[in-house]
Amino acid sequence: MSKVLLNKEDIGRIITRMAHEIIEKNKGVSSLCLIGIQRGGVHLAGRLAARLQEIGGQNIPVGALDIALYRDDIAVRKEQPVVRRTEVAFEINNEKVVLVDDVLFTGRSIRAAMDAVMDFGRPSAIQLAVLVDRGHRELPIKADFVGKNVPTSIEETVKVEFEEDGLEDRVVLEWV
Amino acid sequence: MGLKSKDLIGIKALDAADIEQILDTAAGFKDVLGRDIKKVPALRGKTTVNLFYEPSTRTRTSFELAAKRLSTDVINFSVSTSSVVKGESLRDTALTIQALGADFIIVRHSCSGVAHFLANNLDASVVNAGDGTNEHPTQALLDLFTIREKKGIIRGLEVAIVGDILHSRVAKSNIYALKKMGAGVRLIGPPTLVPDVLRDLDVEIYSDMEKGLKGADIVMMLRIQVERQGKGFFPTTVEYFRNWGLTPERLAGAKKSALVMHPGPMNRGVEISSDVADGMRSVILDQVTNGLAVRMAVLYLLAGVRE
Amino acid sequence: MKVVIKNGRVIDPSQGIDGVCDLAIEDGKIKEVKSEKSRGKSQKHENNRGTKEIDASGKLVLPGLVDLHVHLREPGYEYKETIRTGTTAAVRGGITSVCCMPNTNPVNDNSSVTEFILKKAASEGACRVFPIGAITKGQKGEELAEMSIMYEAGCVAFSDDGRPVMDSLMMRRAMEYSRILKVPLISHCEDLALSAGGVMHEGLLSVTLGLKGIPPQAEEVMVARDIALAELTGGRLHIAHVSTEGSVALIRSAKKRGMADVTAETCPHYFSITEEAVGNYDANAKVNPPLRSRKDAEAIKQGLHDGTIDVIATDHAPHHRDEKLGEFDFAPSGISGLETSLGLSMRLVDEGVLTYSGLVEKMALKPSGIIGIDRGTLRPGAEADVVVVDCSREYRVDAGEFLSKGKNTPFGGWTLSAKPVLTISLGRIHEWE
Ligand SMILES: [Zn+2]
Ligand SMILES: [Zn+2]
Repeated sequence: MSKVLLNKEDIGRIITRMAHEIIEKNKGVSSLCLIGIQRGGVHLAGRLAARLQEIGGQNIPVGALDIALYRDDIAVRKEQPVVRRTEVAFEINNEKVVLVDDVLFTGRSIRAAMDAVMDFGRPSAIQLAVLVDRGHRELPIKADFVGKNVPTSIEETVKVEFEEDGLEDRVVLEWV
Repeated sequence: MGLKSKDLIGIKALDAADIEQILDTAAGFKDVLGRDIKKVPALRGKTTVNLFYEPSTRTRTSFELAAKRLSTDVINFSVSTSSVVKGESLRDTALTIQALGADFIIVRHSCSGVAHFLANNLDASVVNAGDGTNEHPTQALLDLFTIREKKGIIRGLEVAIVGDILHSRVAKSNIYALKKMGAGVRLIGPPTLVPDVLRDLDVEIYSDMEKGLKGADIVMMLRIQVERQGKGFFPTTVEYFRNWGLTPERLAGAKKSALVMHPGPMNRGVEISSDVADGMRSVILDQVTNGLAVRMAVLYLLAGVRE
Repeated sequence: MKVVIKNGRVIDPSQGIDGVCDLAIEDGKIKEVKSEKSRGKSQKHENNRGTKEIDASGKLVLPGLVDLHVHLREPGYEYKETIRTGTTAAVRGGITSVCCMPNTNPVNDNSSVTEFILKKAASEGACRVFPIGAITKGQKGEELAEMSIMYEAGCVAFSDDGRPVMDSLMMRRAMEYSRILKVPLISHCEDLALSAGGVMHEGLLSVTLGLKGIPPQAEEVMVARDIALAELTGGRLHIAHVSTEGSVALIRSAKKRGMADVTAETCPHYFSITEEAVGNYDANAKVNPPLRSRKDAEAIKQGLHDGTIDVIATDHAPHHRDEKLGEFDFAPSGISGLETSLGLSMRLVDEGVLTYSGLVEKMALKPSGIIGIDRGTLRPGAEADVVVVDCSREYRVDAGEFLSKGKNTPFGGWTLSAKPVLTISLGRIHEWE
């Protein structure tokens, strides 16, 4: 069983709003960079950057981060996650890094992502932007920018689909 | 996805999808190696034991660094083969190491089949770092990684392997890997070192180097054990170089774009001339760097196999 | 003691018997073999009191088998096998006479070792033991051992098995000298230079396993040499453990030419399995000569079928479990064969390679003839060496159940059907199940 939580238009609107919030909070876009977490976060970061550029009139560096090597579940997972590309082709020292992910859930991916980012340098701040916050945090992590808060039960899954993957933009809640 | 076995004993036991997965994963690790901080916490808390019954600074260092960059603890265990014959049995040594809590055992031994034996007798993941004249799978994987990196694709390439095929675990692993990935393989060398039966593996065999190199995309040179001269395999290293040494003139017979590879350490002037070893087409140093990425990938993937 | 084994199918090629008969034994000797026809009337007159009756209906009754090639390991290697355990295993395998090879420690190259073996066998052996003496002192291939003194002490043949005589002149002298005793020299044919360092059959498999190969020619050049020397000297030559197609051809042509007094043996592993058994470095399949190709195994069967190969022997070579563990290169060669020999060889009957009579010839009658002993027969008056074989039930080979100390077999887990269920040896009845 499933239910569409957000459609293409909703997602477009949310990205615009989040872009404004990011500019608002950081008082502009200077010293700002976006790093998307593989894989959904990478698409989202690209879109956010484009919107920020439209609004702020300035090019924003965008990177992609793979957290497979920083995860904390080695002892329990069934097989190794696929190692995807990490591309952070810019200095992050003293920059404000906005980590971008599609769904915020336990917070463990964000913990891993922060460790990974720290291995690239020492940013002046790390902020977090997510499209959906579905709750159930296992770590003390809170997003700075949230597209939509969705109360879920632990058995449900939140699936985010992107045009970049050949699908239609949408967020779906699924349960058995 | 994921590898099927907890061990990497040889290319023989892998299929093309396994090889591809290792190469893809290695690409991710090559990224890591380009960073300022070249270490990731992926295998934190795990222990790697290098169990080397044969001295090999290169391979051992490469595995050691790969294991360290994945944040595992590394213990080096060097045992001389002569003392093993008289002393502790292979199984006892292995069990001792397992009792230390090793998660990975990287083994090199002068006897073929030792990696197999350990894998069957231990719970730890065993990685074959060269057993006798059987296999040296990570060397072949790093060679393939290098070829793919430089040529884009392995399928359809013509790879010439030159030298002591009979005694070369590097050559054996490469033959299996290249065939599985769809490359053509030619073996070149004196008949004493290139057994005819290998034709059954669908490879071409040449004793004439010029003929064998014609149109090759890759020229893979093997180290010649100087000790083999005088044992009837070939008369002298001088004659060997005359017949099978890779010189710029001979290399000119291969494709213009042909790459030159060597697993090292090289015997300059015995199997390869310095001009070629240091020349534009040599990717010998890339092989070393890629070795690290491939070995990281192997350890990382094996850590995910639950049997 | 009187024993009657009733209603079994008695196979005795020495008398041309193959049929359901009763076999009567008295005082440790064969008394008579009574066919179905004669049985009925004579029984009435007989007083069966005090006679042990054994029902063998549906089973085969054969003369106890004679094994020309066994390593009993004692003296010197008692941790691998002893005369007691080896002969007990033999009896379990239906074998009632074993010839033991001299590569013990010390080597059986003088009569005191021979006497030791025979004394030990008399006190502890479960079957008869016929020692084979060394051809040369210490099996070093340099000086002849005291063959006639050892012969008087009880050696029935001479061999430097395991360390073949490489010096052709020495072999020539040995063959010439052995003529005074009319005993065979048993030659382990292996050109040690050609086989040096080898641990399995040479071929694609050895190359891809990274194991040093032994070409068939390492055996064949020595088979050819020894046949030539037998022609030259008139000595008796028995070729041990023939493993290759080429050897079979050489022996066949030698027999056809008729210039040499030559006989030959093979072992169950050379016609039952091939080099493939080495698999992933299974040292239990490491044996010398090595397991060969399918073609060789077929040629061995052909050789058995057409009489080129006279004998099936085990080359029983027990080793300690630890010795077969670890590096394949370092593992000693050999298969513990006494307890699988009959089961494996009986498959040749199922395959039509041999008849029952043919099989008994190869495993009992011919080997007796070669070493000149009156065994391998159920002729009245002969020693009551008898084995009753059940071919009707399949069983799994379990090395753990071997009575031999050597559990080193590549046949573990195999399903066989022929199994000795009763062996009479040295006047004792051994019964199982
Ligand atoms: Zn032998
Ligand atoms: Zn033997």
